[in-house]
Amino acid sequence: MTPEELDQIAETEREAQSQFTQRVNVCVAAGCLSCQSQSVKDALDQEVTRRGIKDHCQVKGVGCMGLCSEGPLVSTNVVSSGNAVLYKKVEAADGPAILDSLEGEPVSRLVCRTDVPFFQRQKKIVLENSGVIDPDRVEDYVAANGYTALIKALTEMTSHEVIEQVTRSGLRGRGGAGYPTGLKWSTVSKSVGTQKLGTQKYVVCNADEGDPGAFMDRSVLESDPHRVLEGMLIAAYAVGASEGYIYVRAEYPLAIKRLRNAIRQAERIGLLGSNICGTRFSFRVDLRLGAGAFVCGEETALIASVEGKRGTPRPRPPYPAMEGLFGQPTLINNVETFANIAPIIRNGGEWYAQIGTEKSKGTKVFALAGRVENTGLVEVPMGISLREMVFEIGGGIPEGRKFKAVQTGGPSGGCLPTDCLDMPVDYESLARAGSIMGSGGMIVMDESSCMVDVAKYFMDFCMTESCGKCIPCRVGTYQMHRILSAIANMSATPQDMKMLEELCDLLKHTSLCGLGQSAPNPVVSTLRSFAEEYRAHIEDHKCPAGVCGAQSAAAEERETA
Amino acid sequence: MLSYLAKPTPPTQDKRWKLVDATIRRQGQQQRGLIETLHTVQEAFGYLDTQALRYVAMSLRVPLSRAYGVATFYHFFTLKPAGEHTCVICMGTACYIKGSQQLLDTVQRDLGIAPGETTADKKVSLLTARCLGSCGLAPAVVYDQEVAGKVGTAAMREHLKKWTHA
Repeated sequence: MTPEELDQIAETEREAQSQFTQRVNVCVAAGCLSCQSQSVKDALDQEVTRRGIKDHCQVKGVGCMGLCSEGPLVSTNVVSSGNAVLYKKVEAADGPAILDSLEGEPVSRLVCRTDVPFFQRQKKIVLENSGVIDPDRVEDYVAANGYTALIKALTEMTSHEVIEQVTRSGLRGRGGAGYPTGLKWSTVSKSVGTQKLGTQKYVVCNADEGDPGAFMDRSVLESDPHRVLEGMLIAAYAVGASEGYIYVRAEYPLAIKRLRNAIRQAERIGLLGSNICGTRFSFRVDLRLGAGAFVCGEETALIASVEGKRGTPRPRPPYPAMEGLFGQPTLINNVETFANIAPIIRNGGEWYAQIGTEKSKGTKVFALAGRVENTGLVEVPMGISLREMVFEIGGGIPEGRKFKAVQTGGPSGGCLPTDCLDMPVDYESLARAGSIMGSGGMIVMDESSCMVDVAKYFMDFCMTESCGKCIPCRVGTYQMHRILSAIANMSATPQDMKMLEELCDLLKHTSLCGLGQSAPNPVVSTLRSFAEEYRAHIEDHKCPAGVCGAQSAAAEERETA
Repeated sequence: MLSYLAKPTPPTQDKRWKLVDATIRRQGQQQRGLIETLHTVQEAFGYLDTQALRYVAMSLRVPLSRAYGVATFYHFFTLKPAGEHTCVICMGTACYIKGSQQLLDTVQRDLGIAPGETTADKKVSLLTARCLGSCGLAPAVVYDQEVAGKVGTAAMREHLKKWTHA
């Protein structure tokens, strides 16, 4: 594969596409697929064949369009008039009506308005190809300027210059902790490792999206898998690695299938393998399936799992940059971080640094879910306020209920109450408010949720997911869950509260890895903002939201029986 | 050749062991291929029994204790065969907020089994998932690999009835 050959592929594909004057894109990402979007696509395909308009009307399966709650989504585009319409809740029987509309008026009963904040307030960088290209065809990705960043990096830039651009962009790790990506890359690139038998560096993509309530990585992998591969290739070139692994959850079969396909295609056209683009750079990628352990999102546990062992973390240092996979220097980044790389190299680090706030640059993809009108995937510039997220993009709380809290960061994050609504969403502000950015799950809760119950839910999660290696986490999460259950059952005493606070402190400071250290976060943040709810449970034996009590007590009984 | 270095023979004549052998070969018979191999066994046989664990451990030359340790550490692996149908209820945050606990309580009451168990007639297995990533469709339930979104108690009962009375 030479740069000219890549241009050739792009040219051929663009030419082939320009013959289609009418385009119908059907979302075939997991969200819409579970609402039968495949049958919608099949029906449209059949109808197009039946009408004999195959030569100028194209039906294409594309990635996620964002508004998952209204799926299956179908978008149509007539090139000559520039008419683009988005349809929601489409059924297979609607196929003929949609094809009719290409020649005339839109089907008004199915139209989904795109002039609303949900679409207008977004800024798409990571998701720019989602819902536009066919994730199963590399040609489509190449035609959308895919792999040009890789060619640019390989032919025009030294590895040092690549790292320089990433550093300038101010990109920070999108997995949750927000470690500066440029710094991580330069550490790995300088690392000589500790092994006597030579150095072989690795690049690992962390696609073990374990946070309940987060589905950004899955969506990126399903909608634009080549984007992630391109990011990994550029990273490998920058740090001098020649082998890579993508560690992806076994619970995401569709993402695995599309990734496997993407790797095969990239190998076929010579973008993965030996001497890529005629340079001395070689890179191979392999998939590793997770097996349902939340702790494997932690980098040292992930490494153990890729090596085929139990996913238990180990103390750091040595950091993976020194001693990672198979004892060699290893670069580990999240899916979304890798997905940001190609545009940064294409447009320059400075371009990226213009977006966002002073310390948090660029955009962030959030999975908006819970008690909110519009649920789905959104990409917004850093620094947007929570109020805009919930009430404008999210469209507010359904059924006229009252907003109570936003939960970010999953089991490691916290609940942000009403008075945090005007806070900007960036790494520092969220940390100050007692939560974390996390991987991007954002769950909205209304007055029907009890905060004690939510804290108990997350503690239950941490308790079962604790790997059991260090005692503070293994025993501490159990004890905290016991106290929270007692509070929910109205049988707790004020002493229990004191014990709970002590345990929060203990776990935070003595646990081995991030799971245990952050496990108290949901409790700490709800204790801080919703102390009166805890008091109501303990002193008045009442649950203000009406969640805890008889029903949960019965459930507990069954569990112990 | 020393007998303990020789490749063990599959426990049964079952053709599915060929798939397992293929995975082992692809991993270069390295110990690091343990999780991948267990995935293949589970995909082919539905669960991991002692016989399978013993075979995989011997093929990859890891102690049986380590194979067993890995198989029990990860939630995805199961050591018991599943029922004819499986019902997976998502217990992710978004689904929990939207009432997946009620769904779970209902199934537990109706079928008299706890998560991870199978009914006595081996018809239905009940499982819970940490998060399916279908948060936009909460609460989500997977009936035999098929994801259903925005599930209500009544709709779920209806679906389960088809299985239990079939």
